[in-house]
Amino acid sequence: MVQAVSTPQQTAVQDWVDVCALADIFPNTGVCALVQDKQVAIYRVQIDDQDQVYALDNFDPFSQANVLSRGILGDRQGVLKVASPIYKQNFSLETGQCLDNDEVSVPTYAIQVVEGRVQVSIA
Amino acid sequence: MTSKQTLIVIGNGMVGHKFIELMVSKQATDQYNLITFCEESRVAYDRVNLSGYFSGKTAADLSLVEPGFYQDNNVQIYIGDKVTAIRPSEKIVVSAQGKEIAYDKLVLATGSYPFVPPITGKDAPGTFVYRTIDDLEAMEAYAQNCKTGVVVGGGLLGLECANALKNMGLDTHVVEFAPRLMPVQIDDLGGNVLKSKIEELGVQVHVSKNTTEIVSADGKITKMTFADGTELATDMIVFSAGIRPRDELARGCGLAIGDRGGIVVNDYCQTSDPDIYAIGECALYNQRIYGLVAPGYQMAEVAADQLTQSADSCFTGADMSTKLKLLGVDVASFGDNFGRTEGAKEIAVNDSVKGIYKKLVLNADGTRLLGGILVGDAADYGTLLQFTQNDIALPPHPEDLLLPPREGQPAGMGVDSFPDTAQICSCNNVTKGDLITAIHEQELTDIGSIKKCTAAGTGCGGCVPLVTTIMKSEMKKMGLTVKNHLCEHFAYSRQELYHLVRFHKIKTFSDLLKQFGTGLGCEVCKPAVTSMLAATWNDHILDQPHAGLQDTNDRFLANIQKDGTYSVIPRVPGGEITPDKLIVLGEVAKEFGLYTKITGAQRVDLFGARLEQLPDIWRRLIDAGFESGHAYGKALRTVKSCVGSTWCRYGVQDSVGFAIELELRYRGLRSPHKLKSAVSGCTRECAEAQGKDFGIIATENGWNVYVCGNGGMKPQHGVLLASDIDKETVIKYLDRFLIFYIRTADKLERTATWFTKLEGGINYLQDVIIHDSLGICDELEAQMAHLVDTYQCEWKAAIENPEKLQLFRSFVNSNAVDNNLAYVEERNQKRPATVEEKKVLSAIAQ
Repeated sequence: MVQAVSTPQQTAVQDWVDVCALADIFPNTGVCALVQDKQVAIYRVQIDDQDQVYALDNFDPFSQANVLSRGILGDRQGVLKVASPIYKQNFSLETGQCLDNDEVSVPTYAIQVVEGRVQVSIA
Repeated sequence: MTSKQTLIVIGNGMVGHKFIELMVSKQATDQYNLITFCEESRVAYDRVNLSGYFSGKTAADLSLVEPGFYQDNNVQIYIGDKVTAIRPSEKIVVSAQGKEIAYDKLVLATGSYPFVPPITGKDAPGTFVYRTIDDLEAMEAYAQNCKTGVVVGGGLLGLECANALKNMGLDTHVVEFAPRLMPVQIDDLGGNVLKSKIEELGVQVHVSKNTTEIVSADGKITKMTFADGTELATDMIVFSAGIRPRDELARGCGLAIGDRGGIVVNDYCQTSDPDIYAIGECALYNQRIYGLVAPGYQMAEVAADQLTQSADSCFTGADMSTKLKLLGVDVASFGDNFGRTEGAKEIAVNDSVKGIYKKLVLNADGTRLLGGILVGDAADYGTLLQFTQNDIALPPHPEDLLLPPREGQPAGMGVDSFPDTAQICSCNNVTKGDLITAIHEQELTDIGSIKKCTAAGTGCGGCVPLVTTIMKSEMKKMGLTVKNHLCEHFAYSRQELYHLVRFHKIKTFSDLLKQFGTGLGCEVCKPAVTSMLAATWNDHILDQPHAGLQDTNDRFLANIQKDGTYSVIPRVPGGEITPDKLIVLGEVAKEFGLYTKITGAQRVDLFGARLEQLPDIWRRLIDAGFESGHAYGKALRTVKSCVGSTWCRYGVQDSVGFAIELELRYRGLRSPHKLKSAVSGCTRECAEAQGKDFGIIATENGWNVYVCGNGGMKPQHGVLLASDIDKETVIKYLDRFLIFYIRTADKLERTATWFTKLEGGINYLQDVIIHDSLGICDELEAQMAHLVDTYQCEWKAAIENPEKLQLFRSFVNSNAVDNNLAYVEERNQKRPATVEEKKVLSAIAQ
C-alpha cells in the first residue's frame, strides 16, 4: 500500500527523476539520492503498514554537512520530523521548517512513488 | 529626588551574600548604593557543602552567586580586597588596597575563623584549617604526598573534613577532646553509634584525646602526642576545633564586644553603633554565637527589613536544629536534644545491630515533642521537627514515631497534618503555606522549579525530602502525577520500560510503541529503547527492525565527525597490540587516506572515512584479526591497562592479562551510556582505574574493585566496592554490578551520576552486589552470561550480509562522492577544511 505525498508547491509539469525502488529504503529510515547534482534526503515513513515518502535537502545548515538523510525519524506532537545526526536539530519532513529555530528551514522537493519506484523532482 | 545613601557590606560569605540578595529583592538599590568587600578571591560559595569539592563538585558548582548578579543589580563588589579599618566618627572604611569609602550604613558579615588550639607545633608545614576553598586546594596539593591524615575536632565540621580526607584517599583519623563525637548535638549513646558507624567506613576515631604536641622531622609532620602518653603517626593534620568570630574590625573601632569575643547585637542586629549592623557568625546575640547558616540567614533578613523599613521583624534567637549526612551517616538533632526542660521525659531506641539510635524528648505529660536526636536514620527528622516547632499534639503512642508502622496503620502523621504556618525550610524561612501557594499558582511539578521559585531546599538541603512529599501530596490533590517520562511517546521512565520489555518479552521498538506508547517515536526514545533491547536480547543492531532506531553512530557502526564522515576504531583489548597489527592499521590508514590519532583509551582512531568506504576498511581490518571496538555505541569502550607485573618492576599482578580478559568478556555490552574501565597493576594506579565506570587495582593479596568513577566533564572518584578479592570474585561482582546498573539507570546516565542518585550510597550497592540483599544476583549473572555467550562482532556480521551492506552507500542511485568534503594538510596529515578554506579551494578549482 503506497500513498504518494507531494509538496504543496507542486506544479502541473514536473521533471520527475527515477531514484530507486521503494523497497531499497528500510521502513522509517532515509537514504540520500543524487538528483541532477543535488543531494536529496529521501525518507520512507511507515504508519500502520502505510508508506509515505518525503524529500528534503540533504544539507544540514547547522553543521554545514550533507547528513540529514542519516537522521532519526519520528514525530513531535504529531509533526513528522527528522533529527540531524550532528547537533540534533529537528526538521519537519513536510515543510522543511526547523522545529528548534524559527529562522531556519531546509528546501523540500516534490516526491512520488509510481509502481514501486521513487521519483523526485527538483525543478 | 533625594540622593542615595551608601550601604557597605563587609564580607561576602553565605550570610553577606544572602543579605545583598534580600536587599536586591526588596528593591533597596533605589534607596542605597550597595558596596561589598570580598576578601577571598571567589564570591560567596556554599561552605556548608564544602567537602563536596572532593567528591566531584567544582568551585563553580559550589558558588551561590548567579553569574552577573552583582553587575546586573548595580552592586559594587571588590573581590580580593578586605576592609582593614572602620572610622565610625568619620563614617569611613579603609581597605587593604587603600580605598577609603564613606558610608551611611554599614553591615558586618565578617564570619568566623577556625580555632586552632595552642599546641606545640601547630604551625608546622602540613597543618591546615578547613574553612575556604583555598584551604581545600592547599590540603589537596599537600595530600598528594601523604598516606595518613588526622582531623583534630570531632564536631560537625570535623567529620565533614574527615570525609574530605577520606575522599582524597588518605588513611583518616579523627581526634576529639570530648568523650564522644559531636558533643554539642548528640548524647553518649548516639555518640557510640556514630563512632562505630564511622569506624566501619574506615575512619579511625579517637575520643578523650588532648593533643599536646605535633612532632616534625625534616620539615614534615611525623606524629602527634597526647596528654595520656599515647601518640598517633600522621603525615598531615587539619584543625577543625570550633570557630571564633571575626570581630577584629569591630574591636578596632570601639564597638561593644562580648567577653569571649563576638560583636554584640540587639534584636535588630544593630551593634552598639546604630548605623552599624552585624549578622552571621561574627555577631553575638544574647551571649551566643550562632555557627549555623540558618540563623545567619534570619539575621540577614532582620537587618534587611530594618534597613529598608519594609517590615518590623526582629531576631529573637534561633533554633539550632540540624540534620546532616556525615561520612554517609545521617545525624540530626533538634530542640531540647539533651532533655534540659524541667520534667522532660525520654523515649529512645538503640539498635546497635543496624547502627541506629533515636531519642525523643517529651514534655512532662508526654503530649508534646520538645526535641530529639537521630543517628543512622534521620528520615523522620522533617516530620519530628514540625511537631516540636509547631507545638503539634503527639499521637497516642509517641513511640510509634520511632518504629516502623504497626500493621495496617499509617506511619506517624503525614505532612497533611501540619498547619500552613509550619516552617519547612528553616534556612530560607519557607512555610508549608508558601510551598502550597507556589505549587498551585505556578503549577510547579518538579523539585527543581520549586527550589527556583521558593528557594526552599537551597540552603542545607535537609528539607528536600519533606518538600518533595508536600509537592507530591499537593500534586495528587490537583489530580496530577509525578512525571519522569522517557519522552512524549512513552509515559514511563526508562526503568519502567525496561521491566515492560523483559516482562512482556518485547523484541522490537514498534511492538513496544504499539503496546505502551503513542505517536511514532523520536531521537530520544528510539535509541534508548534499542539499547534496552540489545542489553536484554542481544540481536544484531542492524537487523531490519532496529535499523532506523539508532543514532547514526550505531546505525553505521562508526563515529560521525563534523563533516559527516566517520572515524573507525578497532578493538585493541587492554591496549596491547602486536607490531604486525600496528603495521596493518598504518597500511589501512594510508590506503584510504585517513587521519590517525591515538585515543585516550589506548586505541588508534582512523578519521575521515566516507560511508561507502567503511565496509572495505573493515574487510581489511577483520582479515588482519581486528574486530569492532564499539567506540560508536553506548557500550563498553575499552579496558585500559598499565603494563603490570610482566614488565614493570613495581607491578604486583598481571594487569594487562586481566584487562584483556575483562574487555573480551564485556565487549559489545550495551548500556544506558558508554562504559569505561581500567586495570592497574599496583597501587601507583598508572591506568587511572579510579576514574572509570569500573576499575580494578592490583594489591599484594588480589584485586580492589572501584566503581562509578568518571573522568570527562565532571570528574568523580570511583568508590571502593570490594578489596583483596580474587579474579573470579571480581568478575562475579562486575557481572552483577553492570547488569544492575543497566537495569536501573536512567537514559544517558553514566554510572557516576547513577551512583550519586542511588539512595544508601556504597553501603546499599555493596548489600545488593555482594550480600545479594535483593535476591537477584543469580538473575543478574544469568543475564550477563547470556550476553557474553551471544556476543558477535557487529562489523563481521555486517560485511557478511549483503542486505546490511546496502546501508553503506553515500547515494542510493550513484557511486559518486560527496562533493562538499574538502581537506587541507596540517602536520603532515589531512583535516577537514574550514568554511573559508573551502571557498578558496573551490575558487582555485574553477
